[in-house]
Amino acid sequence: MAHSTRRSLRLGSGAGYSGDRIEPALELAELGDIDYLIFECLAERTIALAQQAKAKDPGTGFDPLLEARMRAILPTCIEKGIRIVTNMGAANPIAAARATAAIAAKLGLRLKVAAVIGDDVVDVIRSGRYVFEESGSPVASVGDSLISANAYLGVAPICEALATGAQVVITGRAGDPALFMAPLVHEFGWSMDDWTRLGQGVVVGHLLECAGQITGGYFADPGRKDVPDLARLGFPIGEVSSDGDVVITKVGSAGGCVTEQTCKEQLLYEIHDPRQYFQPDVVADFSEVRVEEIAPDRVRVTGGSGASASGLLKVSVGYVDGYLGEGQISYAGGGATARARLALEIVRERLRLTSVQTSELRFDLIGVDSLHGPSLSAEHCEPYEVRLRVAGRSDTLAEATRIGNEVETLYTNGPAGGGGATKSAREIIAVQSVLLRRELVTPSVVVIESRP
Amino acid sequence: MKLRDLAHSRTGDKGNTSNISLIAYDAKTYGHLLEHVTAQRVQAHFAGVVFGEVLRFELPHLHALNFVMKRALGGGVTRSLALDAHGKSLSSALLDLDIPDVAASHAPPRPGAPV
Repeated sequence: MAHSTRRSLRLGSGAGYSGDRIEPALELAELGDIDYLIFECLAERTIALAQQAKAKDPGTGFDPLLEARMRAILPTCIEKGIRIVTNMGAANPIAAARATAAIAAKLGLRLKVAAVIGDDVVDVIRSGRYVFEESGSPVASVGDSLISANAYLGVAPICEALATGAQVVITGRAGDPALFMAPLVHEFGWSMDDWTRLGQGVVVGHLLECAGQITGGYFADPGRKDVPDLARLGFPIGEVSSDGDVVITKVGSAGGCVTEQTCKEQLLYEIHDPRQYFQPDVVADFSEVRVEEIAPDRVRVTGGSGASASGLLKVSVGYVDGYLGEGQISYAGGGATARARLALEIVRERLRLTSVQTSELRFDLIGVDSLHGPSLSAEHCEPYEVRLRVAGRSDTLAEATRIGNEVETLYTNGPAGGGGATKSAREIIAVQSVLLRRELVTPSVVVIESRP
Repeated sequence: MKLRDLAHSRTGDKGNTSNISLIAYDAKTYGHLLEHVTAQRVQAHFAGVVFGEVLRFELPHLHALNFVMKRALGGGVTRSLALDAHGKSLSSALLDLDIPDVAASHAPPRPGAPV
């Protein structure tokens, strides 16, 4: 951490999830005057799916869009000296680093890529007596269905990777805010027991990690909360000073907006007790955070703090949890809801008569009660069209497939006027959390260089 | 009036727990939210959706409340059979809540109303 002379840094957020738009990241690299471009692409379940892919082919298991993103941004980032930090390594950061180096080589560019590994703790979890945090049931109860177990790493191994001089750092599972905090700790030389700065660092990371969700994405409500040019939504930039204060902004010509309202919504997104937001390196406290619009599309956010981290790391455990079978069909016009309800009762009866084996079943009328159930929707008026949805959980793919079949047969056997039937069946990959003692997780860094 | 006239909201999910922020458009109506949008009221509103306890956290500097609702997501986003497995649309259901009219002097301008 030799660079403690930096007074401020500009962090760009290049993706809010694995499938996110790519052009806004390139726009940040070209026009954002940023020092770092950070991509958070790893949802809870994604890493279990990636682990399954890696088991079939050891060269895969990283983010499916990694190569497309790198091809788009590497030339500009290398030309401008913008460093990249991302968790697109998913279940295989080393293969992701190799793929990135290969893209650079093909473009004729020299590039040093560092992979952070050691989040994969499936052997530790498999051999120990661990209990799922939320359900309280033992991990051992899922038996051979266990797919993956990945610990949320903190900033230390990412800083170690940055200290190698690598321009691109690729991790697997890490705390999402840690991807943004690591450049701050590395460049500003923050101490790892400076709980106030680390807590404010979590605020910075949390605000930026969902990309467009703070620049007007997932916010618009016409007539009340209008957002300009959402089709060209810009992704956020955090201008962070060495004490952690941040101004959230965007490229001036990009669509979207940054306001106190967009910042408040994102600050509280996925937060429980605002005084205790548990992260690998600090328990952050958001309760004294203030947001202040200092100019159009410029909002200053200050006041985050924190307390010492617990000795435990959260581990996401992925396992196969049966199969989901589903069928849908639509009804329209007068009496649509009544015909859909009749159809629903027919399917319910058919699943019973034909002994389809399910552990859980769900019947929805899309357009009526599928999102919030019958009580909240009761007083709302009759829709023009209704879509019946039946979903169920079974132990086998064959049983799950029968659920959708019983919806499809409504065509010739059900109420009048059903249309647009669809059916599907798929494996359910469930994820639950386990807490693991920090010293049982031993991350390390592997450096790979491109040879053009 | 509807809560939607006074506040905006976003839902988040972790495991089987949903959180919904409720943010006053105008600092002056934060007290009205504090008084009328209690954890008990939200628990009752979501009966049939939320099967665990509802906790309310206050963020006076942000003029915001944060509701944490346990056992709200059909076993959690990764295993739920629900169409909206994340429960992302729950914020819209919260904003549909009826609350007493705020005193006229404290009401923010109605969207679309002549200024």
